[in-house]
Amino acid sequence: MTTLTKAEGAPAPAGPDGFLSVRDLQVTFSTEDGPVKAVDGLSFDLHRGKTLGIVGESGSGKSVTNLTVLGLHDPLFTTVDGEIVLDGKELITATEKEMERLRGNRVAMIFQDPLTALSPFYTIGRQIAEPYMKHTGASKKAARERAVEMLAKVGIPNPRERAQDYPHQFSGGMRQRAMIAMALVCDPDLVIADEPTTALDVTVQAQILDLLKDLQREFGTAIVFITHDLGVIADMADDIMVMYAGRAVERGTVDQVLRSPQHPYTWGLLNSMPRLDSDLGTPLSPIPGTPPSLLTPPSGCRFHPRCAFRDRVGGDRCVTERPPLGPDRSSACHLGTEQKRTIFVEEIRPRLG
Amino acid sequence: MKEDLVLPATREAGAGTAQEPLLTVSGLVKHFPVKGGFPIKRTVGAVQAVDGLDLTVQAGESFGLVGESGCGKSTTGRLITRLLEPTAGTITYRGRDISHATRKQLAPIRSEIQMIFQDPYSSLNPRQTVGKIISSPMEINGIDPAGGREARVRELLEIVGLNPEHYNRFPHEFSGGQRQRIGVARALALEPKLIVADEPVSALDVSIQAQVVNLLQKVQNELGIAFVFIAHDLAIVRHFSQRVAVMYLGKIIEVGDRDSIYARPRHPYTHALLSAVPEVTLAEEEAPQRERIRLAGDVPSPISPPSGCRFRTRCWKAQDKCAAEEPPLIQLSGNRAGHLTACHFPEEPSTEARDEDIVLDPALAALEEGKTEAP
Repeated sequence: MTTLTKAEGAPAPAGPDGFLSVRDLQVTFSTEDGPVKAVDGLSFDLHRGKTLGIVGESGSGKSVTNLTVLGLHDPLFTTVDGEIVLDGKELITATEKEMERLRGNRVAMIFQDPLTALSPFYTIGRQIAEPYMKHTGASKKAARERAVEMLAKVGIPNPRERAQDYPHQFSGGMRQRAMIAMALVCDPDLVIADEPTTALDVTVQAQILDLLKDLQREFGTAIVFITHDLGVIADMADDIMVMYAGRAVERGTVDQVLRSPQHPYTWGLLNSMPRLDSDLGTPLSPIPGTPPSLLTPPSGCRFHPRCAFRDRVGGDRCVTERPPLGPDRSSACHLGTEQKRTIFVEEIRPRLG
Repeated sequence: MKEDLVLPATREAGAGTAQEPLLTVSGLVKHFPVKGGFPIKRTVGAVQAVDGLDLTVQAGESFGLVGESGCGKSTTGRLITRLLEPTAGTITYRGRDISHATRKQLAPIRSEIQMIFQDPYSSLNPRQTVGKIISSPMEINGIDPAGGREARVRELLEIVGLNPEHYNRFPHEFSGGQRQRIGVARALALEPKLIVADEPVSALDVSIQAQVVNLLQKVQNELGIAFVFIAHDLAIVRHFSQRVAVMYLGKIIEVGDRDSIYARPRHPYTHALLSAVPEVTLAEEEAPQRERIRLAGDVPSPISPPSGCRFRTRCWKAQDKCAAEEPPLIQLSGNRAGHLTACHFPEEPSTEARDEDIVLDPALAALEEGKTEAP
């Protein structure tokens, strides 16, 4: 994983390894109350066949980032700055026609709620066949065959008959399978999965996650996996990026971020979540306060009003200075590296049980 | 009936009456009619949301109810609070049958059984101030605490961690977590003995969830209120409840103390449920590998549930007996007292990894079959 931020000031080398690279992305919505900076200086890279997990709470900008990658934002009210490069092609300046050629073909998306993402008006089979016909120029018949084949692949029983059904005739888990089939029908290089299992039950979620992993292995797709559930991310991702209030606060591999997290916000997330094997009797340690409003985001480090370790940083750097996030394994926090390690080992880790 | 009108009874509840359960539910059934036909609509079937449920809740205890969506856990909660009329069965609250009690008969009990709802956005009236929302239960029940209602509301706001100055604010001025605190304050206003919390934290962000869970736990410990805690998140239920019941398609399939359910489950569905929870493992050396079970498909429709054992259509141990005969909810040999399981062919009481994963999903099995052959 090679990642750069503006803090490094390095120009983005659209290298062969960074298949999707986002550089210093800024997304601003203009609202009645003023501009809302939903994403503020975000950079990351994703390699072919890998999974990047983006974790964050609602309003952290994780979904906005990925809607922007696909060009699904409303251009009337949104200003986008920075660079999004997909396989050497700049997407922010791309025309609507070029984006259309990409969407559903090389980049596909799996949405959270399949019932609203699927059209109630067309059969499942037709909805899967449509992007295939559009992008490959296949005949109606061939596309229908392809749709049936995809449905079989994602585990829909009697795919030939079920392809004639409408979304409301499918159960929640099956709809999500159909969405996955639709996303993969053109064999895309990149799939963006935005909370794909949040609306599902645990046993169905486990099936869908495993299915995505197995399909990824077979198709060699890169996946951006967005979720608020650290457990899901631990299961799915190779690399993790933790987002808070529009910025990335920590990144690294799954092992690095979950086993030796460095940012106080990540500590807070881990501490506030009970696990099946955590100690009973000890109360959870929640993060105090609430996520900030992006209309008036806190200065400096955006986490500072809720941070329990602010006083360990000398002076008022947390309030005045934005902590940089380096490439590779790093966290955007003013605490020293050694300090972070000791705090985690001595104070955070024991509480996790 | 009248002696229960005495309000500050909450204090004594935790201490004394241990022998008699606070709430007993037996054979509880709720069927929702399904209408169909034209031009005259007739009842063509029934959604068997809850179908023969037995449970007891002791005073001061937290009783967890877990299950997937559609298993009837919320319906159970609403039946206990009598927001729904049961089709059959009895609900006994402190020795009194309230299953079909009229509004009038129920009035003295209403104040003792309260509910916290899932969605803090729709469960608070947007046109009322926080003070009004929290004090109206007291008004309705004609309760005048010493020092006046307003003082009591301010006290309650403080208990749930809100600023008492916010008395005159409206719900939209609060964040989701704060609204849920208002819901908790409203439930506490009548000093209840039993609170039914229906997914009280699932609509909240992870960092806020813990705040509300801690608040509920504090309330439970300090005021000795019994909780029926309904949630789909197994880890949170484990954290909050001393006893846990697992529901599947309108029935309790396994119930027991927390340790029995989470460490020594016997019902295959409990195994599947536990193995499906995605977990963060903090270090390699920690804990033995957990078993991996992947069921096929979704929960069947409660309109026509499978005969016999309802889980048999998704169970890897199902045999003819499971279709013919419904397994009773009994204590299996080797289980602790109070740990009941409804299964003809129970699993070993362990959640450790097995020699072979159980993968029932055909698509997964096919993909994984190919994977193991390839290298």
